[in-house]
Amino acid sequence: MSTHSLTTKSARRLAAVDRFLTFIRVFLVALIVIGLLAFIWQQIDADNPFARWRNPDARGLTGDQFKGLLISGLSQGSMYGLIALGYSMVYGVLGFINFAHGEVFMVGAMTGFIASEKFQANGMWEQNFILCLLLIILMAILFSTFTAVLMERVAYRPLRNSPRLIPLITSIGVSFFIQNFVLGLFGPASKSYPRLPEWLSKQRSILTFEIAGTRLLVLVVAAVSMVVLWYVVERTKTGKAMRAVAEDKEIAALMGIDVNRTIVTTFAVGGAMAGVGGILWGLMFRSVTHMTGFLPGVKAFTAAVVGGIGNLGGAMAGGISLGSAESIAPMVILEPLGVPGVSQLKDAVAFTVLVLVLLFKPSGLFGERLSAEDRA
Amino acid sequence: MNERAMDLPRSAVDQNWPHVLRWGLVCGLVLVSLCLVGMPVELDKRAIIERHLSLGYLFVLLVPIAIGWVSSTLLVLEGVENRRQGLYDLVTGLVVGLIGGGVLSLLMVALDNWNLRDPLVNWSPQLFRFLTYENGMGFGAAAWLCTGALLGLAGAALHVVPSVVRRTTAFVVFGLFFLSVLEAAISDLSEGFGLESLTDWLYAKKGGLTVTSTIVVGLVIGAASMVTRGRVKAATNRYRDMEGAERQKASMILFVVVAVLCIVLPMFLGKIMNELLANVGIFLLLALGLNIVVGLAGLLDLGYVAFFAVGGYTTAVLTSPNSPWFAPELHFGVALVFVVIAAGLTGLLIGAPVIRMRGDYLAIVTLGFGEIIRLLFMSDWLGPYFGGAQGITNIPGVDLGFATVKGTDPRSVFYLVLVFCAIAIYTSWRLQASRLGRAWMAVREDEQVAEAMGINTVNAKLMAFVVGAVLASFSGAVLAAKVGSIFPTSFMILVSIIILVVVIVGGMGNIAGVLVGSFVLIGVLGGPKQPGLLQEFQNYKLLIYGILLVFMMLKRPEGLVPSARRSRELHQDEFLQDAWLQGDKLESEEEEGTVVTATVSTGEVGGAEE
Repeated sequence: MSTHSLTTKSARRLAAVDRFLTFIRVFLVALIVIGLLAFIWQQIDADNPFARWRNPDARGLTGDQFKGLLISGLSQGSMYGLIALGYSMVYGVLGFINFAHGEVFMVGAMTGFIASEKFQANGMWEQNFILCLLLIILMAILFSTFTAVLMERVAYRPLRNSPRLIPLITSIGVSFFIQNFVLGLFGPASKSYPRLPEWLSKQRSILTFEIAGTRLLVLVVAAVSMVVLWYVVERTKTGKAMRAVAEDKEIAALMGIDVNRTIVTTFAVGGAMAGVGGILWGLMFRSVTHMTGFLPGVKAFTAAVVGGIGNLGGAMAGGISLGSAESIAPMVILEPLGVPGVSQLKDAVAFTVLVLVLLFKPSGLFGERLSAEDRA
Repeated sequence: MNERAMDLPRSAVDQNWPHVLRWGLVCGLVLVSLCLVGMPVELDKRAIIERHLSLGYLFVLLVPIAIGWVSSTLLVLEGVENRRQGLYDLVTGLVVGLIGGGVLSLLMVALDNWNLRDPLVNWSPQLFRFLTYENGMGFGAAAWLCTGALLGLAGAALHVVPSVVRRTTAFVVFGLFFLSVLEAAISDLSEGFGLESLTDWLYAKKGGLTVTSTIVVGLVIGAASMVTRGRVKAATNRYRDMEGAERQKASMILFVVVAVLCIVLPMFLGKIMNELLANVGIFLLLALGLNIVVGLAGLLDLGYVAFFAVGGYTTAVLTSPNSPWFAPELHFGVALVFVVIAAGLTGLLIGAPVIRMRGDYLAIVTLGFGEIIRLLFMSDWLGPYFGGAQGITNIPGVDLGFATVKGTDPRSVFYLVLVFCAIAIYTSWRLQASRLGRAWMAVREDEQVAEAMGINTVNAKLMAFVVGAVLASFSGAVLAAKVGSIFPTSFMILVSIIILVVVIVGGMGNIAGVLVGSFVLIGVLGGPKQPGLLQEFQNYKLLIYGILLVFMMLKRPEGLVPSARRSRELHQDEFLQDAWLQGDKLESEEEEGTVVTATVSTGEVGGAEE
């Protein structure tokens, strides 16, 4: 009898939290739907009262503006995707968030800056841009991979069997360390990449989309690296070993796979992708500091969660969805709701996406791929 | 072959050369990166012993000692006969230090011949002068080779010398170091007591200990350490073993002493030291709150600064006449009630969505919330209510009738913080042993088991968030009253992480640990914006925080002052292994006995079956 009353009491309290969560869910969805409806109505008929309800001087977006937002979201999202791959792969294999992965990306961007500046100083940048680009990408890959492998060896390997939060806290420390080490080495000033040559960066029109050459370059490089990664993971023996280790470390070891080496490879591949991402970031935004890695890092983790952690295709898709949401949502949902200064809330939108995904579908849009022990 | 080598005493030159080479290169790399980060040159400004030793040199000289010590550490395995450490290890340390010094000399050659100033900002003539002792290339190289080798040898020698010597040296070195670090505090205090002559004798005019005082104080500390050997430990053990009324009495005396010290000392301290203490108090308050969330309940909250911000902003809006939207200009005490309510609600609001998430997702989502709250306070959207990037200014101090607590009088701020800290310490102490506290620890150790034991885990976690939030909001309120204005930039994610480092370095889940952590880290190195005793560290403290965090996680995850339960959890494997080894021993001793009990038990089972 007494146990019965105890369980019902506990169940009632649980329900209070659940009711509250449902309320949050409904509230957020309602906000999004109202914002969207107001936006659509505005596009159809600018003078209707519903569109003017919260924001009397909303102007809506022209088709070109919308396409512009879409393109910028896409190119930024593909960068998030490249970084997210590293988070996703490491989480798949070791089951912890490598918080310092954003710093690996920053190291790539920094390397690219130093190399490209030297190239520009001796004139090679203008004369033979493609070669320079390949060289700086190669160097960024080299340094990022080195950083990632080193941090695995020094900080994470000794913690392989410790409680789950310990490696996460360690990675926060590693991230702090790398940031401030780079600050010490290269100083606090913001470093700016040299301009791309005119023939590449000029505006082009593809399928009625006005797209800057830089963004096109970013999209192409991201796509190429994604294909290379797909080939490595799905078609080579190393990739097979990586997937096996992600599935179950002990059984993989029994099958004759060198688990340690595979984990190092995973870090290396993730680091290489982050290095490429770093170069693309530098080419697109042209400025790098020691703090460059932090926000993109957290957002890329969001992208990995959105796509379903451990799922590589999902990471890329998650990156692109997050990038698009970040660039479109402020104008489409927040502006019609009458929020001023929406561009400041870009980062807040990205974090809200993370909360939304975890509230509605914690396993991500495309399903997570984790071993049974990591899922707990 | 390897096994044989482990057991037999090896000849001193028959080294494990790859091992030695690796550690030598590590030593060299650490030295070079230290130089290129700019630490030695920057810290050279702070003298430790007059002009003979600066903090910069100290840091560089410490590296070969530390690495010499690490590289010659013998892996002690349970149940294996260990060789005695001796000449062999000394040679290891010597060679490691020598290689380190060699790498540093190579850096000097490079500094002399190439100019890499463009990407590397610290590639400077000052660094070259620092490394060569301003005596030219050849002298510098020779000096570093010799010092490297000697210091490596010294590091290795720590394993070899008898423990008395090791203990005494450690006490003397650390004692002198702390005396020098605490220079500002000690001279301030002795001036307060009217003992300027002591300060003049102890410290040189340009900073740092004088040579005579170094020698005298060193001798005194050495003698003291010889005398007190084993007594301090015995005293603490006696205190620990006390029970009932006796223990209560001892605790009471201890409490009164600490309380009197806390109340009386600031009266003799100057403005700067009080400012420092007030800062330590503000961060201590935050750390005590985070200790409940992370240390007791095991919820890694990386957005803890959000509650700090809510406390600060609520106070600012309610008390400042400059609040842009709603300015009731309440008294601090009245505002505090609303601060508690606002923080509690925020705790629930942030806690509820994250409570069911996996531990690591919880960390990132709370980090997201922390950023969202800062971005909202900064945005134009909420600008009309909270002042946006301009913040809220002109927050009045706390009017107590007989005095006003405000930033210009740091002593009063310290007393205010002291009151809040006392409340926080008392609450955390009482909560720890309460039903709720035990529920938190159960959730931390194993959530599913806790739930099966009838603990309402959802409520327990929510309560942790709420209590943590309220403590952080107190801290925010004090900050608002102290600084007099509040800006979104005071609430960067950095703050959360620094508090996390304080809690972890001190010892998660232990109030004493948190106290030690905040005094050592915030007091000596400084907070996110506030300088500590070693102001020269301003540019490097975050680097050091990062290293500390990694180091503690790798070597001592339970912190400097561990909580017994927490360290048992973290070292469960080792405990189990020890138990297993001891079990083995017991088994072999009681072999005959077990046979008897075994037969008895089978007999019993058989009887039950019939």
